[in-house]
Amino acid sequence: MKIAGKRITVGKVVQYLILILMFVVLVGPFVWELSLSLKGPGDNVYAVPPYIIPKTPTLENYVDVFRQVPVAHYMLNSLIVACISIAGNIILSTMAGYALGRLKWKGRGLVFAIFMGTMVIPLEGVMISQFLIVKGMGLQNTLVSVALPGLVTAMNILLMTNAFKSIPMELEEAAMVDGANLWQRFFRICVPQVKGTMTVVGIFAFVGAWNDFLWPLITISDENNYTLTLGMNRLKGLFISDPRLIAAGALVSLIPIIIFFCCFQRYFFRGLEAGGLKG
Amino acid sequence: MSSVASAAARSEAAKASDRPEPTNHTAVNKPHRSFGTVIAPYLFVAPAFIVVFVFVVLAALNTFRLAFTDSTLLKPGKFVGFQNFIDLFQDEYFLTALLNSSLYVVCVVPFMVILPLILANLVKGNGRIMGFFRTAFYMPVVMSAVVVGMIWTNLLDSQGLINSILKGAGIIEEAIPFLTNRWGILFSSMFVTIWLGLGYYMVIYLTALANIDESLYEAAALDGAGPVRQFVSVTMPGVRSTMVLIMMLSTISAFRVFNEVYVLTNGTAGPGGMDMTMSMLIKNEGTGIQARTGYASAISLVVLVIVGTLLIIQQIIQKRGED
Repeated sequence: MKIAGKRITVGKVVQYLILILMFVVLVGPFVWELSLSLKGPGDNVYAVPPYIIPKTPTLENYVDVFRQVPVAHYMLNSLIVACISIAGNIILSTMAGYALGRLKWKGRGLVFAIFMGTMVIPLEGVMISQFLIVKGMGLQNTLVSVALPGLVTAMNILLMTNAFKSIPMELEEAAMVDGANLWQRFFRICVPQVKGTMTVVGIFAFVGAWNDFLWPLITISDENNYTLTLGMNRLKGLFISDPRLIAAGALVSLIPIIIFFCCFQRYFFRGLEAGGLKG
Repeated sequence: MSSVASAAARSEAAKASDRPEPTNHTAVNKPHRSFGTVIAPYLFVAPAFIVVFVFVVLAALNTFRLAFTDSTLLKPGKFVGFQNFIDLFQDEYFLTALLNSSLYVVCVVPFMVILPLILANLVKGNGRIMGFFRTAFYMPVVMSAVVVGMIWTNLLDSQGLINSILKGAGIIEEAIPFLTNRWGILFSSMFVTIWLGLGYYMVIYLTALANIDESLYEAAALDGAGPVRQFVSVTMPGVRSTMVLIMMLSTISAFRVFNEVYVLTNGTAGPGGMDMTMSMLIKNEGTGIQARTGYASAISLVVLVIVGTLLIIQQIIQKRGED
């Protein structure tokens, strides 16, 4: 047996080597794109071997992206869809979660089973029918139609139901003794207890709506109503020959989500734990 | 993302229903329940129920019905029995899509099960440095596959960064055609999928690792087990059920792959449509003015059955592991 101290040192070196390698693989592409997006006409973007620091740095690529593609308009559309989705998921899943987690009523088991059953159904299984439903409502090609099928997900209902179940009974009983009715108990006693889970629901609703691509691709045909992902897909087709512009477009569209991620970072990890992924 | 996580939460749902339910006993025992109290639960649950019922339950039933008709976007169509399914298995695109989606599962899943576990082991624990690495590794997860696809289109171009580095290092003479032939595109897409998903599964493993009793490692260390030995005999058994869960989650999402392949091929499904996947085929057949909604629904039904079967298998394995 070797001395423990020495083995740990070797282990640490290997550990950090792997971590740095993974860091380069996972974060490096963003650094390269940033460098590409800042390279001017004087730079050879295809240089062998490649270099990072632009020789003729410029912001012209970003100006070009905004001039040729209405990026801000697409972002606004995505933001509208995301807001509808956040509001829908928070409000509807909180209400349903309260009824399922804390109230007793006929049919509760059945309704809960239906919600859970829908979790096994992938989007691909229903998206054509969803499109026909949206079309039947006369809503195809609108921003509302992008948000509608994901207005509330069974996953979020489950999260809220579990959150409500974990509130101690005594809290509500005490309020009852004081004569609080159901609405008061819901708003004043229970909702404040599950604010954390509501935040998690809202955050995942935002990221889901912001990054969604397949469903908007199906329901939106008018460029005026393009969400950011649809717009970026179009931009990629337009600028396929100039990697500088693709890089600039990619970075611009990543900025909001990166800021969002940095602000709410701890909730992302918490959300995965709350999702019942405790093995 | 949440749709992937959704399947995972089902095991929690099962556990939740086993628990004694802290229901509102006082409300039940209350002698006179007002009309408002009786209908209140239904009012609370109705909005969510309507959305889920219309867009998932009814939509699924409609998919099932349409799959046995020859309907198109413009005409309702009539019942044709199993004709769509007979046609499917003579449709070259369908067979290609089935092959590609299955290949995707076979190639992607082992990486998704093993790599994030190793990563999680390396970044677990407290401290700023590990926290920094965790955050960095998780970052790609929150990014849209379309934008990530744009980035990798640049990187994997015949004159892109990867080829430049390899040429600069003298490893290759000619550029590797990552994005111009059938297999290059498929394997590049798989790489992007793995790249995007590593952080997600890493975080799931981290929660599982946190539940392993630290004394097991201490005992193993006392017995002279090195890091590798500890990984094999303490970590692996400790995260077994999580591995099964991740295997299923990544299998389902790999089988459903759409974004990466769509973006890397500019929506063309590759040269001659040879990079078609199941999801792309449903989108291609079921949308547009010439949409064959009946035929597309038949493909949807195939996906539904395959995904449903996988989830049931996962439940059985997980149940067996718990007993």
